[in-house]
Amino acid sequence: MAEPRPAAPVASQASGSVLRTYVFSTDHKTIGKQYFFLALFSVIIGTILSWLMRMHLAWPKIPIPGLAQLSPAGAPGGVMTPEYYLSLLTLHGTLMVFFVLTTVPQSGLGNFFLPLQIGAREMAFPRLNMLSFWITCLSLVVLLSTLFITDGPPISGWTAYPPLSALGTAAGPGEAQGQTLWVLSIAIFCIGSVLGSINFIATTLDLRTSGMDLMRLPLTCWAWFITAIMSLLSFAVLFGACVMLLLDMLGHTHFFVPGGLVLNDQIITPPGAGGSPLLWQHLFWFFGHPEVYIAILPGMGIVSHVLACFSRRPVFGYKSMVLALGCIGFLSFTVWGHHMLVSGMSPYAGVVFSALTMVIAVPSALKTFNWLGTLWGGKLHFTTAMLFAIGFVSLFVAGGLTGLFLAEPAADAYLHATYFVVGHFHLVMGAAALFAIFSGTYFWAPKLFGRMLDERLGQIHFWITLAGVYCIFMPMYVMGLAGAPRRYSEFTDRFLVPLAPFNKFISVAALITGVAQLIFVSNLFWSIFRGRRAAENPWRATSLEWSNGGTLPSGDLSTRRPVVCRGPYEYSVPGEAEDYLMQDSPQVAGS
Amino acid sequence: MASGIVEFPRSKPLPGDPGRRAAGGGIGGGDDGGGAGGPVPLHTYYTGVCLALAAITMLFVGLTSALVVRKGISNDWAGIALPRILFINTLVLVASSLLLERTRRQLHTFRLGDEARLGERLSPVLLLGLAFLAGQLGAWRELAARGILLATNPSASFLYLLTAAHGLHLAGGLVAIAWVALRARTLAASLRGRTMVNAVAIYWHFMGTLWIYILALLSLKI
Repeated sequence: MAEPRPAAPVASQASGSVLRTYVFSTDHKTIGKQYFFLALFSVIIGTILSWLMRMHLAWPKIPIPGLAQLSPAGAPGGVMTPEYYLSLLTLHGTLMVFFVLTTVPQSGLGNFFLPLQIGAREMAFPRLNMLSFWITCLSLVVLLSTLFITDGPPISGWTAYPPLSALGTAAGPGEAQGQTLWVLSIAIFCIGSVLGSINFIATTLDLRTSGMDLMRLPLTCWAWFITAIMSLLSFAVLFGACVMLLLDMLGHTHFFVPGGLVLNDQIITPPGAGGSPLLWQHLFWFFGHPEVYIAILPGMGIVSHVLACFSRRPVFGYKSMVLALGCIGFLSFTVWGHHMLVSGMSPYAGVVFSALTMVIAVPSALKTFNWLGTLWGGKLHFTTAMLFAIGFVSLFVAGGLTGLFLAEPAADAYLHATYFVVGHFHLVMGAAALFAIFSGTYFWAPKLFGRMLDERLGQIHFWITLAGVYCIFMPMYVMGLAGAPRRYSEFTDRFLVPLAPFNKFISVAALITGVAQLIFVSNLFWSIFRGRRAAENPWRATSLEWSNGGTLPSGDLSTRRPVVCRGPYEYSVPGEAEDYLMQDSPQVAGS
Repeated sequence: MASGIVEFPRSKPLPGDPGRRAAGGGIGGGDDGGGAGGPVPLHTYYTGVCLALAAITMLFVGLTSALVVRKGISNDWAGIALPRILFINTLVLVASSLLLERTRRQLHTFRLGDEARLGERLSPVLLLGLAFLAGQLGAWRELAARGILLATNPSASFLYLLTAAHGLHLAGGLVAIAWVALRARTLAASLRGRTMVNAVAIYWHFMGTLWIYILALLSLKI
């Protein structure tokens, strides 16, 4: 029996005050957008922080306007101290990893599109969803408050290694109040993340519409699902570690603070009576490695989704793509030690971690080949979303391959804590994951805002950003091979002075690329209000978010849900009149 | 501003043949098979609670791992005789689980009589839970009286940390039971409400099991 197509969508949430509809909303689409804009706000701050760092690296003696007002102690006369550089670095890393890369692809786009793509009306626990968002928001407020306290943000990096992070003011500026606020912020973020993951997993398992078997899920849904499982398991461990660090800082315990520690000629802990900084490293990286895959996996899902649409071909090897996502998710919990290969842990442990890290490259490579296979022979449409998706593949390879160098203990002995690492993780996270976010935004703008983003501006944005990120991060590999250590605010050592032109080049590229993002931001905001109104399915895509049944406004209980009859990527099916078949378009006899 | 989006060829109308209705399915598939969108399926409450318990398990796995490593690498580990009240508390928690389970089963087989009795029958569970928490605080006071405080040595730190972490999660469970008790009448009257009671019970029983695990860990390692 044909499902009657619903009439034009009725107004949602009939009796909402502004507060109910836009602020304390339980609607997954609103919450998704709230996360999206929270991350946009965070990325702007994070980018400004990176500019401040880059300006200092390239022109260390030139005062930066406004900095002295922000922090008179940290930047007297506008020239930042080495400690303040570390403060900005800590905040930059924390904001970008947690509030941008963990938030947009999963909580932002995921909350908006997961229910639509599986044909559900809402997430499983809408009020929990709202709570998750506001907890994340609180976490951001606590983190940003460190910018405005006297001592500034902590200097221990986003990894907050003790003993530096556990010793309070004696260890450096920002280490007392700033560090406490940082740990609190991250602990709060962990709770928000775990609650969000519960929603994602329960929604994917229980709320799929009829006909939506697991192997008919779009790869975005698989990516969100596996990412949520990783989040659930890893953030819980980080929470425990944060509590222990807080106890070390405030409760004078010695979980991580080692014995026999002397600081500024003061004995902090008696010999033999102390904990292990390595314990923190194990706990942190047990979370930290899955975290970086949490940052990239949804992006991989988005890229598969977008490449299929604009190649007018099914994703090459759908089943193996799902398997690869699962393998990456599982293996990500086994490789944390590759961040600690030079920490003094047993070299035999290093061999195991190194081998497992090589293994995790296999499903990642499988995905890369499958993306190429999806493109090959396709009828390619180079929309902005498509360009960013292809750019993702390029950047993922450029950044991912160097992970294998770093996985090798002998090579890592030299490369650890150099700019080689900085180049590696920025290319995979700061570039590739970012490109996936851009791809998703351009692709889904018609659904997010009902408008198209301007294509010409998008193409300009893409080409400048692609060139820009390569110009910024590839030279970092060279610098790392030359031995340039990371987290240095000035390159004054004799062997580092010849690298000054690299720093200047990178900084200029970073400033230009950053400014180019204004093209995106202005395109985004202009289009939200005045952009071209989008058709129901402007990209002629197959998944449910584009079907009539997928545009159910919240609160509309009467409309029937879509019934899924086919797989997610039925593009260019031989013998069909159209080059795409929507997932819920009915089976026709003989087809 | 030129818009210049790539124009796709216009699509032809799809054939009007309604076709077959696809087989539904997959694990936990759509609730009423594409019918009028309603609230979540009942088993979603179990999914949610089990996922929350998975996260809590990982937290305690992390803390256990930290304990094992910290004990292994240190010279400052000192054994602590566990206060007897911790063992008595175990019986208190087990009793509360048994009471809750009995009430839950009677609710489901309609042997409770008046549904409002659910609220009454949960009061002892609440009281036992509060007694457990009071007992934990009593254990802390005994330790403090012996001069064993949070930072005294690492074994003490873990003892306080593990009991506090468990206690806080248990307190959350108490809030849930109190919520059920207050809404007993409405919850008992519907299948959805009774499912929620089941979910709360799963959480509570897990807290009891977790406590037994923590006590065993402390007995063996502290």
